[in-house]
Amino acid sequence: MCGIVGLFLKDQALKERLGNLLEGMLISMTDRGPDSAGIAVYGKPKSGRIKITVQSDSSDFDFKTLKDELLKKIDESIILQRNDSHAVLTVNASKSDAVRNVILNSSMNLRVISEGESIEIYKAVGEPRQVASRFHLSEMCGSHAVGHTRMATESAVTTEGAHPFSTGKDQCLVHNGSLSNHNSLRRRLIRKGLRIESMNDTEVGAAYLTWKMQNGDSLDEALANSLRDLDGFFTFVVGTKNGFGVVRDPIACKPAVLAETDQYVAFGSEYRALVHLPEIETAEVWEPEPATVYFWNH
Amino acid sequence: MQKYDIVANGLRGLNKALQEQEIDTNQTRWEIINPKGSHAIAVGVKAPIEVTIKGSTGYYCAGMNQLATVRIEGSVGPGVAENMMSGTVIVEGDASQYAGATGHGGLLLIRGNASSRCGISMKGIDIVVQGNIGHMSAFMGQSGNLVVCGNAGEALGDSLYEANIFVRGSVKSLGVDCVEKEMNSALMSNLQSLLDQSNIKVAVEDFKRFGSARKLYNFSIDNAY
Repeated sequence: MCGIVGLFLKDQALKERLGNLLEGMLISMTDRGPDSAGIAVYGKPKSGRIKITVQSDSSDFDFKTLKDELLKKIDESIILQRNDSHAVLTVNASKSDAVRNVILNSSMNLRVISEGESIEIYKAVGEPRQVASRFHLSEMCGSHAVGHTRMATESAVTTEGAHPFSTGKDQCLVHNGSLSNHNSLRRRLIRKGLRIESMNDTEVGAAYLTWKMQNGDSLDEALANSLRDLDGFFTFVVGTKNGFGVVRDPIACKPAVLAETDQYVAFGSEYRALVHLPEIETAEVWEPEPATVYFWNH
Repeated sequence: MQKYDIVANGLRGLNKALQEQEIDTNQTRWEIINPKGSHAIAVGVKAPIEVTIKGSTGYYCAGMNQLATVRIEGSVGPGVAENMMSGTVIVEGDASQYAGATGHGGLLLIRGNASSRCGISMKGIDIVVQGNIGHMSAFMGQSGNLVVCGNAGEALGDSLYEANIFVRGSVKSLGVDCVEKEMNSALMSNLQSLLDQSNIKVAVEDFKRFGSARKLYNFSIDNAY
């Protein structure tokens, strides 16, 4: 099992409520995935700047040390916003690789879990309600967001194994199901230069989509290709800087419900995840077809 | 009329109350409000009562139903009327996967579309879908009737035993050992009766009938133990 939720705003008047709406959706999927939870939120990009989400295993980590080191080694203009065990660094786009190298080469034991103009990712082991409250999800704003509640099958219950996974700039993937060819595909993708950091099957799925998009696919093309190259069960929800996509494998055992109004497109593993959304009673609600790519773009 | 609010009073209280109704109960009409996609609403009812659910439900709504008429004024999640024994379940909207799975009897009527695996392993239930059905429907169906007024998805009737399938629209593909068969007057009259019960006005002559070719391993007596 696992629960997926996603909310893509068509009406930006709702952007202040994005986190609040997503929190209700995420918590409603607790019994599909009580062991970990995570969210990716797409906020407003700042021109020439990149956001890097950094994660520590500890809520007590002293991010000031990191900031001091980055200011000393890289740039005077780095902004660090701490959020519990995570911090979002806003840096000049030209410096993002250098910042990433400083983080990865330091002895601070930090992980870079997302990078891009608008994406921020927060994820942790624990019940969705606790995870949402820890990161103050209800206060977050943005244009679209995805969330995941995990019941682990393919890798251990750890923060690294929690979704969403991001393997390319502003891209993220959440997954319900299990991939069976992830080990061979991981080896192939690593040889092609992709960065895959866990033994989790979903991260391989994310890296696959990143690789396809690096080679010229649009998101919907990459999702269509995943139907051919990924073996296993999956319902995927994918976020990019401007877009939001959904695809299910041809067998389509893993549940999925989509809802659309003039204001938003929403995804839930079950209809329960959508019942708190505004005007859901009059929304168009349907089950996405197997092996069919659904995609919305701003 | 008994009225029950799931949000205010909880799901367990509802199912306990419904399951306690005896055959001769005088509380024969129930209205359930605020289902909010909850799972297992009105399961295991075994009295001839009428239950109306005002909204959409989650998994396994009206499972194991006996004698009751359960009407859902919305859409349903996976496994509606799973293992139904008798009675009637009416879905005004769409149904998710494996609607009517393993059902032994009664009538499941879906006014919208049903998704994949509708009527999987059906064992005597009658299922009428006014819209379309998804892939692998009636997989290993053993007995009963699946009536589809719209189109059927891939691998219809795979590994079928004796269930009858009637499709008015197109069939994307037939499953292993499922073939088109001739209609006969007894089947047509049975089909007419199901359409009448469902209040669907279409001509029985428009339907094609599908059934088992009985060519699989398990149909050969030489493979019996």
